[in-house]
Amino acid sequence: MARAATTADTFNAVAEPRRRAILDVLAGGERPVNDLVAELGLAQPQVSKHLRVLREVGAVDVRDEGRQRLYRVNGEALKPIHDWVSGFERMWSERFDRLDDVLEDLKREEQGDDAGDE
Amino acid sequence: MTQVTSSGSAKVTLPADEEILITREFDAPKHLVYKAYTTPELVSRWWPGQRGEMQSAEIDLRVGGQWRYVMIAHGEHEVAFHGEFSEIAENERLVTTEVYEGAPDGSAPALNIVTFDEADGRTTLTILMRVESREVRDMIIDTGMEGGMQEGMDLLEQIARELA
Repeated sequence: MARAATTADTFNAVAEPRRRAILDVLAGGERPVNDLVAELGLAQPQVSKHLRVLREVGAVDVRDEGRQRLYRVNGEALKPIHDWVSGFERMWSERFDRLDDVLEDLKREEQGDDAGDE
Repeated sequence: MTQVTSSGSAKVTLPADEEILITREFDAPKHLVYKAYTTPELVSRWWPGQRGEMQSAEIDLRVGGQWRYVMIAHGEHEVAFHGEFSEIAENERLVTTEVYEGAPDGSAPALNIVTFDEADGRTTLTILMRVESREVRDMIIDTGMEGGMQEGMDLLEQIARELA
């Protein structure tokens, strides 16, 4: 019940490359541990350890189905991280939108040169 | 709404703790993207994005040559970056350091590896930024949405307090 994890905790948990790999697989849908082990080529204790960290920060949820425990990504917990990066992404998008305009001018100039009188 | 020539938004990923990867496809051959990336008057047109106006852009495009960009953000404060080219392959690849002049003294510069890949007349621009630590990387990401805005807000708050 206690869910005191912060965005920073989540981000740090997600920063680890193998944990990102786990999230990538889970992004495709709910999976049991064995699937993750097979897909990532890691030892089961390792995968379980990473899953525990991801669960602690709320990045991953788990439910029991029969004898299996199924893990899934908690998109809500990951959203702040997405937003955090998307601000930086937007800054570059704004730059590149302007670069598009510069390139259009350069293309026009070049075509003008080729055509002579266009 | 979207222009036909628009190639969508930039894609930013964090491939490692000390890396930021920025990619974007342009509807132009690579020699033009390279030109727009390395010609001061052209850089001045796009680099500030929507965050300000370029005050100056100097680019000494040779190995060991320096570059420096100064932008006036929100018509108020100056934001400056500079660096040195360590590798130049015309129309293909640039390797350069990048120093944010507002960073604490002693910070190691970022290393930017810029590549221009053309396919079917379109060019994918890739900027890989390598920094010294995850903390630095996170600080750079922080400058994204809130950074500039926050600085502007802080300034307003400061002025308001002085007037009170």
